[in-house]
Amino acid sequence: MSGVRHLYLHLPFCAHRCGYCDFVTLVGRRGEHGAYVDALLRELELERGLLAPRLETVFLGGGTPTYTEAAALRRLLAALPDADEVTVEANPETVTPELAAGLRAGGVNRVSLGAQSFRPALLDVLERRAGPDAVRRAFVILREAGFDNLSLDLLYGIPGQRASDLDADLEAALALAPEHVSYYELEAKPGTRFTHAHGGELAGQAEAMEGYFERVVETLVDAGFRWYETANFSRPGREARHNLGYWLGRDYLGLGIGAVSTVGARRWRNAPQLAAYVAALAGGEAPARELEVLDAGTKARERLMLGLRLDRPLRFGDVAAAIEPDGLARVERLGLAERRNGDLVLTRRGRYLGGAVTAELMA
Amino acid sequence: MSLDQIRNFSIVAHIDHGKSTLADRILEVTQTLTQREMREQVLDSMELERERGITIKAQAVTVAWKGHVLNLIDTPGHVDFTYEVSRALQACEGALLLVDAAQGAQAQTLANAYLAIENDLEIVPVVNKIDLPSADPDAAAGEISELIGDTPDHVLRISAKTGEGVEDVLDAIVERIPPPHGDPAAPGRALVFDSSYDQYRGVVAFVRVVDGEFRPRQGLRAMAQGTEFETEELGVFAPDRSPRERLYAGEVGYVITGLKDVSRLKVGDTLTHAAKPALEPLPGYKDVKPTVFAGLYPTDSDEYPELRDALDKLKLNDASLFYEPETSQALGFGFRCGFLGLLHMEIVRERLEREFDLDLLVTAPNVAYRVRTKAGEEVEVHNPADFPREVEEVEEPYIRATTIVPKEHVGAVMELNTERRGRFDHMEYLSEERVLLQYDLPLGDVVYDYYDQLKSRTKGYASFDYDVIGFRPGDLVRVDIMLAAEPVDALSIIVHRDSAYGRGRALVDRLRKEIPRQMFDVPVQAAIGSRIIARETIKAKRKDVLAKCYGGDITRKRKLIERQKKGKKRMKQVGTVEVPQEAFLAVLDLDGERR
Repeated sequence: MSGVRHLYLHLPFCAHRCGYCDFVTLVGRRGEHGAYVDALLRELELERGLLAPRLETVFLGGGTPTYTEAAALRRLLAALPDADEVTVEANPETVTPELAAGLRAGGVNRVSLGAQSFRPALLDVLERRAGPDAVRRAFVILREAGFDNLSLDLLYGIPGQRASDLDADLEAALALAPEHVSYYELEAKPGTRFTHAHGGELAGQAEAMEGYFERVVETLVDAGFRWYETANFSRPGREARHNLGYWLGRDYLGLGIGAVSTVGARRWRNAPQLAAYVAALAGGEAPARELEVLDAGTKARERLMLGLRLDRPLRFGDVAAAIEPDGLARVERLGLAERRNGDLVLTRRGRYLGGAVTAELMA
Repeated sequence: MSLDQIRNFSIVAHIDHGKSTLADRILEVTQTLTQREMREQVLDSMELERERGITIKAQAVTVAWKGHVLNLIDTPGHVDFTYEVSRALQACEGALLLVDAAQGAQAQTLANAYLAIENDLEIVPVVNKIDLPSADPDAAAGEISELIGDTPDHVLRISAKTGEGVEDVLDAIVERIPPPHGDPAAPGRALVFDSSYDQYRGVVAFVRVVDGEFRPRQGLRAMAQGTEFETEELGVFAPDRSPRERLYAGEVGYVITGLKDVSRLKVGDTLTHAAKPALEPLPGYKDVKPTVFAGLYPTDSDEYPELRDALDKLKLNDASLFYEPETSQALGFGFRCGFLGLLHMEIVRERLEREFDLDLLVTAPNVAYRVRTKAGEEVEVHNPADFPREVEEVEEPYIRATTIVPKEHVGAVMELNTERRGRFDHMEYLSEERVLLQYDLPLGDVVYDYYDQLKSRTKGYASFDYDVIGFRPGDLVRVDIMLAAEPVDALSIIVHRDSAYGRGRALVDRLRKEIPRQMFDVPVQAAIGSRIIARETIKAKRKDVLAKCYGGDITRKRKLIERQKKGKKRMKQVGTVEVPQEAFLAVLDLDGERR
């Protein structure tokens, strides 16, 4: 087996930067989309030697990839190598029948739709532009365009979110019958505009929201979803194969500003400045990158950290070097992890406490 | 020089009533120092002293005024150092009683003034800060003349800040304070009223020569302790050390001993000639014992050797500091330290943190208990963790506490003292507005949060002073704190049976708030013996995951986990429970406990 089989492309443009967002994003700049896509394709050419002849997955993330100016997006899709799974992230307000048809024509077979919530007041708090109806409409448009693999992104732990709001969101999401759901806790990072505005309220309701994660997991599992990763749920066989690549420790190539690649023992991150990125590639140069060398110990620790996020067993032998025996004994005694036939498996409670269990286990 | 030309005096004053400013002004007026040489408040030479406006160690300075030699002996200004103050006062024939014209006499001023009167010192009352708009010199003068049995017209009125009246003070020192008496022909006797440690020359004794004379390169003996040494140098303070060939009866100066350990020459001891010793030492020597104890631990257990070195160094200058190694299950290696009082403890702690750059964890202070066990054994306990579970009888130290407050706060003080098991002794009106209250209080109840309570309940208007008056029986119990059924030795306290429940409850509540939730339920209990008196549960965490982790996040998320892991390693392990250092700090912080 040789060559990288997972390709990520970063499309940073957005109509608006939501208060809670911490991704590399740029608002507007419609005049620069074309030049950026050209640069992306040049970077692809530069790195093509790293890729396997046949890719397993391609993922267009953002930003809001579907906000990218239509012709530029079309050109990008047309130039991409084929893959079994081609995913694009979309915001509901950008989804039109034309866009959906264009994506289909461009080889996209999976869309991850950023719904976040179906409660208007909570969407306002998040500064999302699309209301609940826009989310539903986008979903229907995508279905009608022939997409049979759709994912919804949702958030819990939104300032002001009551348990009944969470239940209503879960119900609304399930009513759309998506193949896949990603459910994240809202992270209020210190020093952000969002935390400044809502940090106090979030701290105040922390205790009330304690059980939300369990509620999300239980509801989705009861509805027939597989809780295959800490924050991800799928219908059988509909896991996000691209993301699974990260969690299984596979190599991946990331293109575009701020994008990260990991190939063997090397990981690099492209610098996040748009103009410098475009200029470098226009001159035929690779963009500025930050390089990290991953030694065997680091690799093993990452393997442990990522592997424990999944519901599939982790071969104990693969991660033994990264495990501290005392920590293992402790989490076993507490009923959070088990060793079964040479595998390391977290219990349901162990998965709810996955971060702490990982820290406990890690050597 | 004849004895008639010498005056030895000190200044008794409350913090901030202007003692250091007056001392500075005296140095200036007598041209001992030019203005250019003046550092602000020369006498308070330690950084901490300058900052807190208090004198920790006594100092002395010699000035010349109209054909006389005046020795100013600066006394420590706080209750914890009463013994040191009494020795410094014994070296004098008179004292300036300095009172702020706006604030009037304070308890501590009064205590030291009475100490001076007991030592037969001539008191020169002075009202300072008459330049302040809020000054009421007549009221202040009335009050102090009442206190010392003098007449108001005898009270000097000055402003040390502007210099107004400072020359009158110097004249009054010469006129009113008697010259020292002593026998120049008798065998030498000199009172050690303080000492300091000079890195190069060893212990420097501050002395008042009472009889005979002293010279360099003479064999001397400290009469109480029996320590012998040869004088390397002696001299007077002008204000820096200035060597002389003789120190005569009546004079104040220093003796460089070459000793390497301050504990071999204690304050209050009498120096005499080894070859021709005096028959009797000067009266009043006491071996001062610490009254307040606490465990000191480095926050980072790797800093234990640094803490030991730092204590060794502080001890060089502070004979009253006591410490011995101690091990706590919860906190690791540290020291059980004994102090003269709470302020002394605070000062030691601050110096360790500031001058030696250490991060410390200090356990709740306690006093010394005398315990008779059921087996009939008698022990003195300095650490609650050593308090026997089966006791026949316990005695605890009591103090006579003097509080001066405006009359509207009398009720608040009485209430506080009653809560702290105080026994009313007496009360008197110092003026129409201000009242003096005297109570006997168990010291153990004063080291716990008393000053802060007094301050807040009297809006800062109370002044407080005390004397330790001895041991009395008390119904005391040891309260242990347990985390997940494991006792936390560092949090054990000894309290009166009646307050055991309240204190136990407060500690348990505080721990529940401060200890982060674990992966399992953690019961927190307070117990007397095997009887649980308070209980709370730190509920297990229900969720602890990193929300998302994709290709771009892996390095950052890995570092988060690695940091979490490092944080776990820094935590103190109590049985199965991980307790962050900060939780101990918060629990041991009495202010926080009250909050």
